[in-house]
Amino acid sequence: MTVHVRTTINAEPQEFLCEPGETLLEALRSRLGLTGTKEGCATGDCGACSVLLDGRLVPACLVLAAEVSGREVLTVEGVATGDTLHPVQQKFLEHAALQCGVCTPGFVVAAKALLDHNDDPTEEQVRYWLAGNLCRCTGYDKIVRAVLDAAADMRGVTV
Amino acid sequence: MPQTQAYEAPRTLADAVRLLSTDGHARPLAGGTDLLVQSRATQKLPSTFVDLKRIPELVGIEVGPDGLRLGAATSAAVICEHAEARRLWPGLVEAIGLLGSTQIQGRASVGGNLCNGSPAADTTCSLIVNRARGVIAGAKGERTVEVERFTTGPGRTVLEPGDLLVALVVPRPAARTADAYLRLIPRSEMDIAAAGAAASVTLDERGVCTAARVAIGAVAPTALLVPAAADALIGSRLDDAALRRAADAASAAARPIDDKRGTAVYRKTVVGVLTRRAAGIAAERARARP
Ligand SMILES: Cc1cc2nc3c(=O)[nH]c(=O)nc-3n(C[C@H](O)[C@H](O)[C@H](O)COP(=O)(O)OP(=O)(O)OC[C@H]3O[C@@H](n4cnc5c(N)ncnc54)[C@H](O)[C@@H]3O)c2cc1C
Ligand code: FES
Ligand code: FES
Repeated sequence: MTVHVRTTINAEPQEFLCEPGETLLEALRSRLGLTGTKEGCATGDCGACSVLLDGRLVPACLVLAAEVSGREVLTVEGVATGDTLHPVQQKFLEHAALQCGVCTPGFVVAAKALLDHNDDPTEEQVRYWLAGNLCRCTGYDKIVRAVLDAAADMRGVTV
Repeated sequence: MPQTQAYEAPRTLADAVRLLSTDGHARPLAGGTDLLVQSRATQKLPSTFVDLKRIPELVGIEVGPDGLRLGAATSAAVICEHAEARRLWPGLVEAIGLLGSTQIQGRASVGGNLCNGSPAADTTCSLIVNRARGVIAGAKGERTVEVERFTTGPGRTVLEPGDLLVALVVPRPAARTADAYLRLIPRSEMDIAAAGAAASVTLDERGVCTAARVAIGAVAPTALLVPAAADALIGSRLDDAALRRAADAASAAARPIDDKRGTAVYRKTVVGVLTRRAAGIAAERARARP
């Protein structure tokens, strides 16, 4: 049985066919060409595949593609507005909060989800929220600074 | 992933029960944080994934005069946002908040945590001390089972083929009653408990404990209700001596195994420490309540 999925991805209607046991991560990358979302572990441990499903942060490797029928998905490709980067993306660049970059899309989506509902998090809240996003390169500090700075930017404060 | 023949998202409980009872290899899917990981690891895929999240009775959280009704497939993130649930059952909601990371919280359900049947499942002890019951629907109709009788061994539950856990119902706590849950994990985040303990205590106006329940996890094939630990608390003012007696009772009841998360001896000791501290936190919370 092939499943026919009609959904909304990054505010655009999308339709695709998939296998019933296929994950959203596999469908995004292999069927829809949205390769910004990364696979680190495929077991829910690393956060590289983070996307928003109806506004909720989830690991795309533990969501079946068939489940997103009628729902809204936001991937890292949909975080910027046209050519204007989201403050989180801008601050990742300014703080050099990435090295190899494989964890970055997951961090950007997860941090955006945090700032969507709390634009003034403490450092502890940022670290706790991002505890499921693993980075083998940066040592996390620059990432945390970038997110705190993005939050300040969104509140219209300079730090 | 390898092949599964079908994905179904029934809109009614009756349809879900029918799908599950006509195909023994179909599996219910809530958040998938156990099921999809296990399917991948074992390469054993169910014939059909029966997604429970479009069945109204299975999703949502309600707090009313009788207590809490928790749709079995409700995500941890949704539960933790419910301020009244956090106020009435702080220990239970904290246990739910411990499931994995923010991402896992967006998917993981309490029903899945219980039905997966892990002895280390973080929410089970708190459900037990709060006298939670599981509402089960199956081909033969509906029944309810106390959570302390729900898990029968590692990975085994009272569910029969075709059965679904619909909801968990938790009675409203009595006056001056509160709960707490603590676990010990070898790493500081994202790990499975080496031991866990939950306590619920009720005080009278003078601060004497009139009712208590203690449950321990990850130290036996299933989570255990420990009546001897509760007895050590009842009748006391929950002073240090009473808390220590409860700790000893919990350690005595534990039947842990040696594994990479800790030796049996260590776990027996730690589960006592966790019991003492959890009962202490529950006591402080109960004292702060009208
Ligand atoms: C990275 C990571 C971290 C984790 N951390 C923790 C942790 O800290 N503590 C912890 O306890 N667990 C943890 N887990 C395990 C898992 O997240 C929890 O057990 C979770 O609560 C499972 O819920 P689910 O909705 O995802 O279940 P699913 O995977 O959808 O289902 C689990 C099992 O129960 C069955 N099932 C589900 N719902 C029902 C129902 N309503 N009726 C009948 N059967 C049903 C399924 O068929 C399956 O066999 C972690 C998992 C991951 C991947
Ligand atoms: S790839 Fe999904 S969490 Fe690692
Ligand atoms: S930048 Fe390499 S893993 Fe994070």
